[in-house]
Amino acid sequence: MSGVHVTALVACVVTISVIVELLRRRQLRDKYAAVWLIVCVPLAVFAIDPNLFNRLAHSLGVINPPDLLTVGAALFLLIVCVYLSWEVGRLENKTRVLAEEVALLRKELEEEKATP
Amino acid sequence: MARSAERPDVLVVIPALNEADSVGAVVKETRAALDADILVVDDHSTDGTAAVAAAAGADVISNVFNLGVGGAMRVGFRYAARHGYPIVVQVDADGQHDPREIPALLAALQPTAEPALEPRLVIGARFAGTGSFSVPRARRWAMKLLAAYLSRLTGTHLTDVTSGFRAYNRATVELFARTYPAEYLSDTVESLVIASRVGAHVAQVPVSMRARLAGAPSQSTWRAVTYLVRVGLMLVLEVIRTRTRPEQPEVK
Repeated sequence: MSGVHVTALVACVVTISVIVELLRRRQLRDKYAAVWLIVCVPLAVFAIDPNLFNRLAHSLGVINPPDLLTVGAALFLLIVCVYLSWEVGRLENKTRVLAEEVALLRKELEEEKATP
Repeated sequence: MARSAERPDVLVVIPALNEADSVGAVVKETRAALDADILVVDDHSTDGTAAVAAAAGADVISNVFNLGVGGAMRVGFRYAARHGYPIVVQVDADGQHDPREIPALLAALQPTAEPALEPRLVIGARFAGTGSFSVPRARRWAMKLLAAYLSRLTGTHLTDVTSGFRAYNRATVELFARTYPAEYLSDTVESLVIASRVGAHVAQVPVSMRARLAGAPSQSTWRAVTYLVRVGLMLVLEVIRTRTRPEQPEVK
Protein backbone atom coordinates (compact mmCIF):
# COMPACT_ATOMS: atom_id res chain seq x y z
CA MET A 1 0.00 0.00 0.00
CA SER A 2 1.56 3.30 -1.11
CA GLY A 3 1.48 6.64 0.74
CA VAL A 4 -1.36 7.94 -1.40
CA HIS A 5 -3.55 5.03 -0.49
CA VAL A 6 -2.76 5.36 3.20
CA THR A 7 -3.73 9.03 3.03
CA ALA A 8 -6.96 8.19 1.22
CA LEU A 9 -7.81 5.51 3.75
CA VAL A 10 -7.11 7.85 6.69
CA ALA A 11 -9.28 10.57 5.08
CA CYS A 12 -12.14 8.12 4.63
CA VAL A 13 -11.91 6.80 8.16
CA VAL A 14 -11.78 10.33 9.62
CA THR A 15 -14.79 11.40 7.53
CA ILE A 16 -16.79 8.35 8.52
CA SER A 17 -15.99 8.87 12.22
CA VAL A 18 -16.93 12.54 12.09
CA ILE A 19 -20.26 11.69 10.45
CA VAL A 20 -21.01 8.91 12.90
CA GLU A 21 -20.16 11.24 15.77
CA LEU A 22 -22.45 13.95 14.37
CA LEU A 23 -25.21 11.37 14.04
CA ARG A 24 -24.63 10.25 17.61
CA ARG A 25 -24.99 13.82 18.84
CA ARG A 26 -28.10 14.28 16.70
CA GLN A 27 -26.44 17.13 14.82
CA LEU A 28 -26.92 15.58 11.39
CA ARG A 29 -30.07 14.19 9.81
CA ASP A 30 -29.64 10.57 8.78
CA LYS A 31 -30.72 11.25 5.21
CA TYR A 32 -27.67 13.47 4.69
CA ALA A 33 -25.36 11.18 6.64
CA ALA A 34 -26.37 8.26 4.43
CA VAL A 35 -25.10 10.07 1.33
CA TRP A 36 -21.64 10.60 2.77
CA LEU A 37 -21.38 7.13 4.23
CA ILE A 38 -22.38 5.58 0.91
CA VAL A 39 -19.51 7.47 -0.72
CA CYS A 40 -16.89 6.97 1.99
CA VAL A 41 -17.26 3.24 2.54
CA PRO A 42 -16.48 2.19 -1.07
CA LEU A 43 -13.64 4.73 -1.19
CA ALA A 44 -12.12 3.16 1.94
CA VAL A 45 -12.39 -0.26 0.28
CA PHE A 46 -10.66 1.06 -2.84
CA ALA A 47 -7.89 2.59 -0.69
CA ILE A 48 -7.23 -0.80 0.90
CA ASP A 49 -7.28 -2.62 -2.45
CA PRO A 50 -6.40 -0.20 -5.28
CA ASN A 51 -6.52 -3.01 -7.84
CA LEU A 52 -10.24 -3.27 -7.31
CA PHE A 53 -10.60 0.35 -8.39
CA ASN A 54 -8.32 -0.13 -11.37
CA ARG A 55 -10.36 -3.07 -12.55
CA LEU A 56 -13.59 -1.08 -12.13
CA ALA A 57 -12.11 1.79 -14.18
CA HIS A 58 -10.95 -0.55 -16.95
CA SER A 59 -14.28 -2.33 -17.07
CA LEU A 60 -15.92 1.07 -17.60
CA GLY A 61 -13.48 1.74 -20.44
CA VAL A 62 -11.47 4.37 -18.55
CA ILE A 63 -7.82 4.13 -19.60
CA ASN A 64 -6.36 6.16 -16.73
CA PRO A 65 -8.12 5.08 -13.47
CA PRO A 66 -7.53 8.37 -11.58
CA ASP A 67 -9.62 10.11 -14.26
CA LEU A 68 -12.61 8.11 -13.12
CA LEU A 69 -12.03 9.32 -9.59
CA THR A 70 -11.77 12.99 -10.66
CA VAL A 71 -14.79 12.95 -12.92
CA GLY A 72 -16.81 10.93 -10.42
CA ALA A 73 -15.96 13.32 -7.57
CA ALA A 74 -16.82 16.41 -9.63
CA LEU A 75 -20.13 14.94 -10.71
CA PHE A 76 -21.02 13.85 -7.22
CA LEU A 77 -20.23 17.27 -5.72
CA LEU A 78 -22.23 18.99 -8.44
CA ILE A 79 -25.27 16.86 -7.64
CA VAL A 80 -24.85 17.58 -3.93
CA CYS A 81 -24.68 21.35 -4.57
CA VAL A 82 -27.75 21.36 -6.78
CA TYR A 83 -29.66 19.34 -4.23
CA LEU A 84 -28.65 21.71 -1.44
CA SER A 85 -29.73 24.81 -3.39
CA TRP A 86 -33.08 23.16 -3.98
CA GLU A 87 -33.37 22.38 -0.30
CA VAL A 88 -32.40 25.94 0.72
CA GLY A 89 -35.00 27.38 -1.65
CA ARG A 90 -37.67 25.17 -0.16
CA LEU A 91 -36.68 26.13 3.36
CA GLU A 92 -36.64 29.81 2.46
CA ASN A 93 -40.17 29.52 1.12
CA LYS A 94 -41.36 27.72 4.23
CA THR A 95 -39.74 30.28 6.53
CA ARG A 96 -41.38 33.05 4.55
CA VAL A 97 -44.82 31.50 4.89
CA LEU A 98 -44.26 31.05 8.61
CA ALA A 99 -43.22 34.69 8.96
CA GLU A 100 -46.38 35.79 7.14
CA GLU A 101 -48.47 33.52 9.35
CA VAL A 102 -46.84 34.89 12.52
CA ALA A 103 -47.54 38.46 11.43
CA LEU A 104 -51.19 37.64 10.70
CA LEU A 105 -51.66 35.70 13.93
CA ARG A 106 -50.10 38.47 15.98
CA LYS A 107 -52.56 40.89 14.41
CA GLU A 108 -55.47 38.59 15.20
CA LEU A 109 -54.29 38.26 18.78
CA GLU A 110 -54.13 42.03 19.15
CA GLU A 111 -57.66 42.31 17.75
CA GLU A 112 -58.92 39.66 20.16
CA LYS A 113 -57.39 41.54 23.08
CA ALA A 114 -58.87 44.85 21.93
CA THR A 115 -62.41 43.45 21.68
CA PRO A 116 -63.02 41.08 24.60
CA MET B 1 -62.90 35.81 11.75
CA ALA B 2 -65.62 37.61 9.82
CA ARG B 3 -65.88 41.30 9.37
CA SER B 4 -68.68 42.94 11.22
CA ALA B 5 -71.54 43.99 9.01
CA GLU B 6 -70.87 47.70 9.13
CA ARG B 7 -67.29 47.46 7.91
CA PRO B 8 -66.60 48.72 4.40
CA ASP B 9 -66.01 46.46 1.39
CA VAL B 10 -62.67 47.91 0.48
CA LEU B 11 -59.38 47.16 2.19
CA VAL B 12 -56.56 49.50 1.24
CA VAL B 13 -53.24 47.69 1.72
CA ILE B 14 -50.17 49.88 2.09
CA PRO B 15 -46.88 47.97 2.13
CA ALA B 16 -44.34 50.12 3.95
CA LEU B 17 -40.65 49.90 4.65
CA ASN B 18 -39.14 52.82 6.53
CA GLU B 19 -41.73 55.35 5.33
CA ALA B 20 -42.46 57.02 8.66
CA ASP B 21 -42.19 60.45 7.01
CA SER B 22 -44.95 59.81 4.49
CA VAL B 23 -47.12 56.90 5.59
CA GLY B 24 -49.13 59.00 8.05
CA ALA B 25 -50.17 61.46 5.36
CA VAL B 26 -51.01 58.63 2.94
CA VAL B 27 -53.25 56.97 5.54
CA LYS B 28 -55.02 60.24 6.36
CA GLU B 29 -55.54 61.10 2.69
CA THR B 30 -56.91 57.64 2.04
CA ARG B 31 -59.36 57.94 4.91
CA ALA B 32 -60.50 61.28 3.56
CA ALA B 33 -60.82 59.96 0.01
CA LEU B 34 -63.09 56.97 0.58
CA ASP B 35 -64.83 54.73 3.07
CA ALA B 36 -62.37 51.90 3.44
CA ASP B 37 -60.42 49.95 6.01
CA ILE B 38 -56.72 50.65 5.82
CA LEU B 39 -54.06 48.06 6.51
CA VAL B 40 -50.42 49.10 6.64
CA VAL B 41 -48.10 46.11 6.35
CA ASP B 42 -44.93 47.26 8.02
CA ASP B 43 -42.13 45.22 6.49
CA HIS B 44 -39.89 45.33 9.56
CA SER B 45 -39.15 49.05 9.48
CA THR B 46 -36.67 50.57 11.88
CA ASP B 47 -38.01 54.13 11.86
CA GLY B 48 -41.34 53.81 13.66
CA THR B 49 -43.44 53.40 10.53
CA ALA B 50 -45.83 51.11 12.38
CA ALA B 51 -46.46 53.62 15.18
CA VAL B 52 -47.00 56.50 12.74
CA ALA B 53 -49.43 54.43 10.67
CA ALA B 54 -51.37 53.32 13.73
CA ALA B 55 -51.55 56.90 15.03
CA ALA B 56 -52.97 57.99 11.68
CA GLY B 57 -55.76 55.46 12.11
CA ALA B 58 -54.65 52.45 10.10
CA ASP B 59 -54.65 48.82 11.11
CA VAL B 60 -51.04 47.69 11.22
CA ILE B 61 -49.45 44.31 10.70
CA SER B 62 -45.74 44.14 11.43
CA ASN B 63 -43.63 41.53 9.70
CA VAL B 64 -41.20 39.74 12.00
CA PHE B 65 -38.44 40.22 9.46
CA ASN B 66 -38.11 41.87 6.08
CA LEU B 67 -40.10 40.02 3.43
CA GLY B 68 -39.98 42.51 0.56
CA VAL B 69 -42.93 44.24 -1.11
CA GLY B 70 -44.19 40.93 -2.47
CA GLY B 71 -44.13 39.31 0.95
CA ALA B 72 -45.83 42.31 2.51
CA MET B 73 -48.56 42.24 -0.13
CA ARG B 74 -49.08 38.53 0.40
CA VAL B 75 -49.72 39.22 4.07
CA GLY B 76 -52.21 41.88 2.97
CA PHE B 77 -53.99 39.52 0.57
CA ARG B 78 -54.17 36.77 3.18
CA TYR B 79 -55.59 39.23 5.71
CA ALA B 80 -58.19 40.41 3.18
CA ALA B 81 -59.13 36.85 2.19
CA ARG B 82 -59.54 35.76 5.80
CA HIS B 83 -61.62 38.77 6.73
CA GLY B 84 -63.73 38.48 3.60
CA TYR B 85 -63.01 41.82 1.97
CA PRO B 86 -64.30 41.68 -1.60
CA ILE B 87 -61.91 44.38 -2.81
CA VAL B 88 -58.27 45.19 -2.13
CA VAL B 89 -56.53 48.36 -3.24
CA GLN B 90 -52.75 48.55 -3.14
CA VAL B 91 -51.16 51.95 -2.54
CA ASP B 92 -47.52 52.87 -2.06
CA ALA B 93 -46.52 54.32 1.30
CA ASP B 94 -44.24 56.99 -0.18
CA GLY B 95 -47.10 59.22 -1.29
CA GLN B 96 -46.57 59.01 -5.04
CA HIS B 97 -50.04 57.56 -5.48
CA ASP B 98 -52.87 59.99 -4.87
CA PRO B 99 -55.59 58.26 -2.81
CA ARG B 100 -58.17 60.53 -4.44
CA GLU B 101 -57.65 58.45 -7.58
CA ILE B 102 -58.76 55.24 -5.83
CA PRO B 103 -62.46 55.67 -6.75
CA ALA B 104 -61.40 55.73 -10.43
CA LEU B 105 -59.67 52.40 -9.95
CA LEU B 106 -62.70 50.97 -8.17
CA ALA B 107 -65.02 52.15 -10.94
CA ALA B 108 -62.92 50.25 -13.48
CA LEU B 109 -62.82 47.20 -11.24
CA GLN B 110 -66.58 46.73 -11.10
CA PRO B 111 -68.27 47.24 -14.43
CA THR B 112 -71.89 46.27 -13.93
CA ALA B 113 -72.15 43.83 -16.86
CA GLU B 114 -69.24 41.60 -15.86
CA PRO B 115 -69.70 38.43 -13.85
CA ALA B 116 -68.50 38.97 -10.31
CA LEU B 117 -66.61 35.68 -10.10
CA GLU B 118 -64.15 36.59 -12.82
CA PRO B 119 -60.76 37.62 -11.44
CA ARG B 120 -60.17 41.28 -12.19
CA LEU B 121 -57.25 43.59 -11.67
CA VAL B 122 -56.96 47.31 -12.37
CA ILE B 123 -53.65 49.10 -12.70
CA GLY B 124 -53.34 52.80 -12.02
CA ALA B 125 -50.85 53.81 -14.69
CA ARG B 126 -49.00 57.08 -14.71
CA PHE B 127 -49.71 59.30 -17.71
CA ALA B 128 -47.15 59.02 -20.43
CA GLY B 129 -44.92 62.06 -20.12
CA THR B 130 -46.27 63.31 -16.80
CA GLY B 131 -43.89 63.54 -13.91
CA SER B 132 -40.15 63.81 -14.18
CA PHE B 133 -39.08 60.27 -13.50
CA SER B 134 -35.35 59.93 -13.95
CA VAL B 135 -35.46 56.25 -14.75
CA PRO B 136 -32.19 54.69 -15.90
CA ARG B 137 -32.24 53.86 -19.61
CA ALA B 138 -31.80 50.13 -19.07
CA ARG B 139 -34.81 50.08 -16.84
CA ARG B 140 -36.87 52.21 -19.20
CA TRP B 141 -36.20 49.75 -22.03
CA ALA B 142 -37.04 46.86 -19.78
CA MET B 143 -40.32 48.49 -18.82
CA LYS B 144 -41.25 49.10 -22.46
CA LEU B 145 -40.45 45.55 -23.42
CA LEU B 146 -42.35 44.23 -20.44
CA ALA B 147 -45.35 46.40 -21.17
CA ALA B 148 -45.47 45.07 -24.73
CA TYR B 149 -45.12 41.47 -23.60
CA LEU B 150 -47.71 41.74 -20.85
CA SER B 151 -50.11 43.61 -23.10
CA ARG B 152 -50.06 40.60 -25.42
CA LEU B 153 -50.42 38.19 -22.54
CA THR B 154 -53.36 39.98 -20.95
CA GLY B 155 -55.00 41.20 -24.15
CA THR B 156 -55.11 44.76 -22.82
CA HIS B 157 -52.96 47.69 -23.78
CA LEU B 158 -50.75 48.26 -20.75
CA THR B 159 -48.16 50.99 -20.38
CA ASP B 160 -47.10 50.84 -16.75
CA VAL B 161 -46.81 47.24 -15.63
CA THR B 162 -44.55 48.00 -12.67
CA SER B 163 -47.01 50.37 -11.05
CA GLY B 164 -47.87 49.41 -7.50
CA PHE B 165 -51.14 51.35 -7.58
CA ARG B 166 -53.72 48.63 -8.13
CA ALA B 167 -57.16 47.34 -7.31
CA TYR B 168 -58.16 43.67 -7.08
CA ASN B 169 -61.55 42.00 -6.83
CA ARG B 170 -62.38 39.04 -4.60
CA ALA B 171 -61.35 36.30 -7.05
CA THR B 172 -57.97 37.96 -7.56
CA VAL B 173 -57.51 38.51 -3.83
CA GLU B 174 -58.08 34.81 -3.21
CA LEU B 175 -55.71 33.91 -6.03
CA PHE B 176 -52.97 36.21 -4.77
CA ALA B 177 -53.41 35.15 -1.14
CA ARG B 178 -51.99 31.84 -2.36
CA THR B 179 -49.73 32.78 -5.24
CA TYR B 180 -48.54 36.37 -4.99
CA PRO B 181 -44.85 36.30 -5.95
CA ALA B 182 -42.49 37.26 -3.16
CA GLU B 183 -39.42 37.66 -5.32
CA TYR B 184 -37.58 40.93 -4.77
CA LEU B 185 -38.49 43.69 -7.29
CA SER B 186 -40.36 41.59 -9.84
CA ASP B 187 -43.59 41.04 -7.90
CA THR B 188 -45.66 43.60 -9.84
CA VAL B 189 -44.72 42.08 -13.18
CA GLU B 190 -44.92 38.46 -12.18
CA SER B 191 -48.30 38.92 -10.53
CA LEU B 192 -49.65 40.09 -13.90
CA VAL B 193 -48.32 36.94 -15.54
CA ILE B 194 -50.01 34.82 -12.88
CA ALA B 195 -53.25 36.75 -13.27
CA SER B 196 -53.19 36.36 -17.04
CA ARG B 197 -52.71 32.62 -16.68
CA VAL B 198 -56.01 32.20 -14.91
CA GLY B 199 -57.66 34.42 -17.50
CA ALA B 200 -58.02 37.41 -15.23
CA HIS B 201 -59.39 40.57 -16.75
CA VAL B 202 -56.76 43.28 -16.51
CA ALA B 203 -57.59 46.94 -17.02
CA GLN B 204 -55.58 50.10 -16.88
CA VAL B 205 -56.70 53.48 -15.58
CA PRO B 206 -54.60 56.57 -16.20
CA VAL B 207 -53.67 58.37 -13.00
CA SER B 208 -51.27 61.17 -12.27
CA MET B 209 -48.39 60.30 -10.01
CA ARG B 210 -46.97 62.78 -7.56
CA ALA B 211 -43.46 63.30 -6.42
CA ARG B 212 -42.90 61.06 -3.44
CA LEU B 213 -43.54 62.82 -0.14
CA ALA B 214 -40.40 61.45 1.44
CA GLY B 215 -37.65 58.94 0.92
CA ALA B 216 -35.32 58.34 -1.97
CA PRO B 217 -36.48 56.45 -5.05
CA SER B 218 -35.16 52.92 -4.91
CA GLN B 219 -33.34 53.10 -8.22
CA SER B 220 -29.70 53.08 -9.11
CA THR B 221 -27.85 51.76 -12.13
CA TRP B 222 -26.81 48.65 -10.29
CA ARG B 223 -30.32 47.97 -9.11
CA ALA B 224 -31.64 48.65 -12.59
CA VAL B 225 -29.34 45.99 -14.01
CA THR B 226 -30.30 43.55 -11.26
CA TYR B 227 -33.91 44.30 -12.03
CA LEU B 228 -33.43 43.73 -15.74
CA VAL B 229 -31.70 40.39 -15.25
CA ARG B 230 -34.22 39.24 -12.72
CA VAL B 231 -37.25 40.17 -14.76
CA GLY B 232 -35.73 38.63 -17.89
CA LEU B 233 -35.11 35.40 -16.05
CA MET B 234 -38.58 35.49 -14.57
CA LEU B 235 -40.19 35.84 -17.99
CA VAL B 236 -38.19 32.94 -19.41
CA LEU B 237 -39.17 30.87 -16.38
CA GLU B 238 -42.82 31.80 -16.73
CA VAL B 239 -42.82 30.47 -20.27
CA ILE B 240 -41.38 27.08 -19.32
CA ARG B 241 -42.91 26.73 -15.87
CA THR B 242 -45.58 24.18 -15.10
CA ARG B 243 -49.05 25.56 -14.57
CA THR B 244 -49.49 24.48 -11.00
CA ARG B 245 -47.20 26.34 -8.67
CA PRO B 246 -46.01 24.41 -5.64
CA GLU B 247 -47.36 26.97 -3.23
CA GLN B 248 -47.88 26.82 0.47
CA PRO B 249 -51.12 25.35 1.67
CA GLU B 250 -53.54 27.89 3.06
CA VAL B 251 -53.53 27.45 6.82
CA LYS B 252 -57.02 27.75 8.19
